[in-house]
Amino acid sequence: MSDHEYTPSSKFGKWFNDRLPLLTLANHLTDYPTPKNLNYWWTFGGILTFCLITQIVTGLVLAMHYIAHADMAFSSVEHIMRDVNYGWLLRYVHANGASMFFLAVYIHIFRSLFYGSYKSPREIIWILGIIIYLLMMAAAFMGYVLPWGQMSFWGATVITNLFSAIPLVGESITTWLWGGYSVDNPTLTRFFTLHYLIPFLILGLVVLHIWALHVPGNNNPVGIDIKKPSKDTVPFHPYIVIKDAFALLMFCIVFALFVFYQPNILGHADNYIEADPLVTPAHIVPEWYLLPFYAILRSVPDKLMGVVAMLSAILILAALPWLDTSKVRSAVFRPLFRQFYWILVADVLILGYVGAMPAEGLYLLIARVATAYYFAHFLIILPVLGWKEKTTPLPLSITEPVLGGSPNLAAARSDEKIEKTIK
Amino acid sequence: MSKLKNILFVLIFSIIVLNSSNSAEKSPPFLETKWTFKGLFGKFDRASLQRGYQVYTEVCASCHSMKYLTYRNLAEKGGPEFSEAEAKAIAASFEVTDGPDSTGEMFVRPAKLSDKFVMPYANEQEAKAANGGAYPPDMSVLVKARKGGADYIYSLLLGYSEPPEGVELDDGVYYNKYMYGNKIKMPAPLSDDLIEYTDGTKATAEQMSKDVTNFLMWSAEPHLEQRHKTGFRVIAYLIILTVLVYFTMKKIWSRVESKV
Repeated sequence: MSDHEYTPSSKFGKWFNDRLPLLTLANHLTDYPTPKNLNYWWTFGGILTFCLITQIVTGLVLAMHYIAHADMAFSSVEHIMRDVNYGWLLRYVHANGASMFFLAVYIHIFRSLFYGSYKSPREIIWILGIIIYLLMMAAAFMGYVLPWGQMSFWGATVITNLFSAIPLVGESITTWLWGGYSVDNPTLTRFFTLHYLIPFLILGLVVLHIWALHVPGNNNPVGIDIKKPSKDTVPFHPYIVIKDAFALLMFCIVFALFVFYQPNILGHADNYIEADPLVTPAHIVPEWYLLPFYAILRSVPDKLMGVVAMLSAILILAALPWLDTSKVRSAVFRPLFRQFYWILVADVLILGYVGAMPAEGLYLLIARVATAYYFAHFLIILPVLGWKEKTTPLPLSITEPVLGGSPNLAAARSDEKIEKTIK
Repeated sequence: MSKLKNILFVLIFSIIVLNSSNSAEKSPPFLETKWTFKGLFGKFDRASLQRGYQVYTEVCASCHSMKYLTYRNLAEKGGPEFSEAEAKAIAASFEVTDGPDSTGEMFVRPAKLSDKFVMPYANEQEAKAANGGAYPPDMSVLVKARKGGADYIYSLLLGYSEPPEGVELDDGVYYNKYMYGNKIKMPAPLSDDLIEYTDGTKATAEQMSKDVTNFLMWSAEPHLEQRHKTGFRVIAYLIILTVLVYFTMKKIWSRVESKV
């Protein structure tokens, strides 16, 4: 870290800081040199932190009113919706908050994919991110089970049944997960416990994620290494803080539109029917954010291989820093990669779409082609592209492309001013 | 160019999300009617809710329970808003079993505002036995439990007809073009002048369907009016704050030679 030595101005501050350097940390966080060319796709890290805190706070209050029992869960949710003061608001914020969280995390991940943020020296940040993403999926899945509606129950049945595909011990593992011979009250209570635990694990990992980020500093749209601090950087506060705040507010407007005007559009109507082990819904579909992986799971005819494919689809991301052989980070200077990137985005969207459709006929065929392409992108296209692709020349610094080559004296002067304010 | 691409993908994405929340099921387009509870300032039609309660209690309630509703809800703000005296009178017209009393006996008393809506059957088995094996679903959140919501319920109530050529129906099964699979065990529940509205409105099948659907929408979303009102304030506040923060950001970033 490029921090200069920091000394608190007050005597007490100095005494305290010598014993617990919280003030040094605060100083590091405010001064943290950030590339000044970060675009709005970089604001999603802050937005995600906001999402996590929102989920924890609303979830905490919901847990005070919710009853984790197969006979009472559904009616306790109705109790929250009807009789708890602003219970409807808490529940709708929490339920839609999960969708917003995933929307933001997908943008965050695809930003990283486009600008090569996962490459050296940021591999650990990336892998921590993948673990957070996995935990998010687990938390979201278990959270969806808690209202104990039809989709909760049958979704839980389908997903936990996947473990029975493991050879030899599969059946025992499934029984162990259920705490019985089917999804029932013991399953609900353990899911509730885990659903409560996971967000705090995520919070811890987020701290590590940010810590690991602050070692090399942010990547940037140009993707080149920059000197810190320099005229290419701005201090985190107030520049990035205000920009993140602006983006967060825009995000909150979208969030509020869902919560107040379409609170149930992202959910499934069947989940307002209380769980009934004797009635299977016509279509069992997971929440929208899990659909691409659900499509991959169903595109493989063999159950075990389907589970393996689904898990690999996520775990392959952890190997990405080594699968992508290109030395150039940003897609801005990789004309061929850019094409394949957008094909991948389309591919994932198609997978999500067919994941919501019945696995038959044309939909199944599309799912298989899209699944094959998904893996081909990471296992074949990326490694080969790194060797073959002719990248366009990289600029020497961020300031160069910003100024566009023509000397701009006014700008140069204001840059000097910045350097002074930084010092 | 890349901006265009971004917008395009956001579009594709939203289409997919919206599409997948609908489904592959093909059903005829729902009957069209104007709902006052839709839109930015959507509110319930108070008179319609009161009539809807009348339809529910005189027609639907003989088979369908509403176990999450309490008689006090009928007098609460944002609902049918019966006066408290009216709600008390409605409650008192039902009998509930309470107890045990000081001698250990259960006793029957008139319902109070704090009681849940009285259920037509003692349990699910009795409900099934009385309805040819089909369980009349609880109506408290029915609107939210069906794809298409209020439009679906409204259309279903009016969607009965003779089965088309070649469709065989068993005894006690009826044809309804909006029902999943077109077969329904509930006979057409509403017909013109089935009930007499206390407010003098003509009780056509359309009118009753609309009123009772309004009532069911309220019972599924009792805080809808408050939600719309709060939502408008929250979003207005956020927009103003966003604009202010935008100009603050511009001002702060004007010290740096870089785009925001």
